[in-house]
Amino acid sequence: MSERKIDGPTGVETTEHEWDGIRELDNPLPRWWLWTWYITIAVAIVYWVLMPAWPGLHGYTKGVLHQSDRVKVVHDLADLKALRGAEGAQLQTASLEEIERNPKLQAYAMAQGQAIFGDNCATCHGQGGAGGKGYPNLRDDVWLWGGSLEQIQHTITYGVRTGEPGAATTQMPAFGRDQMLKDGQIDDLTEYVVALSRRPANAAAVTRATPLYTEQCVACHGAQGKGDQTKGVPNLTDNEWLYGSRRADIRDQIVNGRGGVMPTWGKRFDPQTIKALTVYIHANAGGQ
Amino acid sequence: MTVVIDRTKPQSPNGHEPVSAAARARARSAKGGGLYQARAPIYPKLVHGRWRRTKWILLVLMLAIYWITPWIRWARPNGLPQQAVLVDFAGGRFYFFGIQLWPQEVYFITGLLVMAAMALFLVSALFGRLWCGYACPQTVWTDLYIYVERAFEGDRNARMRLDAAPWSFDKLWRKSGKHAVWLGIAFGTGGAWIFYFHDAPTVLRGFWVGQAAATAYIFCALLTATTYVFAGFMREQVCIYMCPWPRIQGAMLDQHSLQITYRRDRGETRGPHKKGETWEGRGDCIDCNACVVACPMGIDIRDGAQLECINCGLCADACDEIMDKVERPRGLISYDTDAAVAARAAGKAAVYKLVRPRTVYYAGALGLVSILMLWGLTNRSVLDLHVLRDRNPMYVRMQDGSVRDGYTLKIANRSFYPKTVSVHFKGLPGARLKTPGSPPTAGDLLVTIEPNAVRAARIFVVAPPGAAAGPHPTAFTIRDGRDHARANTVFDAGTQP
Repeated sequence: MSERKIDGPTGVETTEHEWDGIRELDNPLPRWWLWTWYITIAVAIVYWVLMPAWPGLHGYTKGVLHQSDRVKVVHDLADLKALRGAEGAQLQTASLEEIERNPKLQAYAMAQGQAIFGDNCATCHGQGGAGGKGYPNLRDDVWLWGGSLEQIQHTITYGVRTGEPGAATTQMPAFGRDQMLKDGQIDDLTEYVVALSRRPANAAAVTRATPLYTEQCVACHGAQGKGDQTKGVPNLTDNEWLYGSRRADIRDQIVNGRGGVMPTWGKRFDPQTIKALTVYIHANAGGQ
Repeated sequence: MTVVIDRTKPQSPNGHEPVSAAARARARSAKGGGLYQARAPIYPKLVHGRWRRTKWILLVLMLAIYWITPWIRWARPNGLPQQAVLVDFAGGRFYFFGIQLWPQEVYFITGLLVMAAMALFLVSALFGRLWCGYACPQTVWTDLYIYVERAFEGDRNARMRLDAAPWSFDKLWRKSGKHAVWLGIAFGTGGAWIFYFHDAPTVLRGFWVGQAAATAYIFCALLTATTYVFAGFMREQVCIYMCPWPRIQGAMLDQHSLQITYRRDRGETRGPHKKGETWEGRGDCIDCNACVVACPMGIDIRDGAQLECINCGLCADACDEIMDKVERPRGLISYDTDAAVAARAAGKAAVYKLVRPRTVYYAGALGLVSILMLWGLTNRSVLDLHVLRDRNPMYVRMQDGSVRDGYTLKIANRSFYPKTVSVHFKGLPGARLKTPGSPPTAGDLLVTIEPNAVRAARIFVVAPPGAAAGPHPTAFTIRDGRDHARANTVFDAGTQP
């Protein structure tokens, strides 16, 4: 810069840049601004020393504080466990009814139950618990193994047809596959089951099937076809069909006698977790 | 609007060295250029007068408010905090005497900020930067620090001599005494800050035994450091280089705004005056520089209104003292408007206009927001209701053909007492409500919410068999005596099987 240009009204040097007649003043920066800049540089260097900073060929500089988010997460998880321990202790001692009646405890149990349900149960029963073909709907008021708090807790703990001690063992015979009944008899029984659910059916077939039903089915499904929750026997008179309500579905079930398997969760979860899951399922099903 | 900064005139018409700090800094940079400008130290001289007195009173008042407020107790039931003013970050509550705000009511804080902004605009348009000169913490604490400085080192001339003098025992104890008291005040300031965020007696005890939260120590240290640095060393640099308000205020002021003004029409032509000389043919300004040495911002008010001026009126006090001595009327420097100065210069009577379009807009906006806030606060329900509808599954069909939808009701009880609300479902004839573990009922459900808490209640609505298929627009209402809330939702009756 050969010659310094001074702005008239302010007496301040200009940068000699001009836009539409407006000249840029070259006011000097306060010196302390410069010092704050030096301080930020110093802070950066201190930071490199204290904290993980520079990448290298074999990892990165760790910093003398050994700060690590990974380690922090581990600590946080441990803290969370300790925190849950306090709340969880209440879950352990309170009865299922007490948990359900205490709004705070219920909210805690349901939050825990929801997470566990999503991780473990939703695979078969669906994210919302609405089930699907072969997998019971946990939202409605039809319960194969009973819908009271204790019954739900029992079912989760022991599971269904896993072969573990305590698990339900009942199994419907495969009347067709094992050739216990002839095709015609199975057709007649299908009509009988349709009639049980108060739908129009072939009256002649129903008459033919009546002695067959008494002989083969009554032991489990009962004379009225109402089922038996202690054995997981479905009610044949309602609108709920685990394997489908069409004649072909019903016939298929008589032929193959399918029954689902549910894991024995008592082997995997502690009793407190099962309690939380029970309360969650019971609450969302509207309870029984 | 008149041109306010006029530096075309020579700075020292009488051969005196320029004395305002700003002028000295300018002169230094003009000599060698230089990329950076060192701060020219400012030694404001003590003045006496009504603005100085007003500033002392306001200083005591505002510091008292700051230090006493967190210690005011306020009885609240059910184990809630007993502190009148408390920002409880941990609990997510703001307590202000009888009012408590929840995070979702942040619009009240927004309204308060809008009111503060409008009040600031209005005051600025009417009376100039009174906030800067009298109420801004930067001004208040700087004033307090200069008071301490004066107590240890004496007034302007003594301080300048002391700074120029070589180190001695006298200089050492005066300087260290000043900094010790400064640090004490800074610590008191930073320490009082944390009382607003925790129960004051508890955090006071905990602070000394190392039991307070880490944030308490961090913020105490932070506020101590900023107070010490801003009020002790940065002072006017904060206003000139860090604060946006001096720049924004240009949009609030006009030629009818009162601001500290050198009455050019009366003062010029300035020049020294000996006792007994005539006042004919000259101005009242005797160029004594009393206004310049009194200025805490280091400017010469006779240059006109400028960004640095905080409108504190100390130069007016200084000038009035001189005017009394030379037996001229007071008010050569006073709160005046550019329009009045221009009118008098032209030989016309000065006219003051308080009612102008901009003051009417600002007052109108302030009034409107105040009314809205008042209405909002008085009509604020202590109950709040939000409904989350189950979406998976959308609906559940029961054995008897009825349809059940699940809802989670988030009911907030903002009162200090437990509330039992009756939950009612509108818009679906024959609907029954049920909670987990109880049978459906045809009437309303009762839900109890703890004081100062939110409860998430699971509620099922059962539509009778034969309810029309598809979605029904419905609503939940909750009521407890006078308090009530409503939330719209949808009941999905599904498709017929």
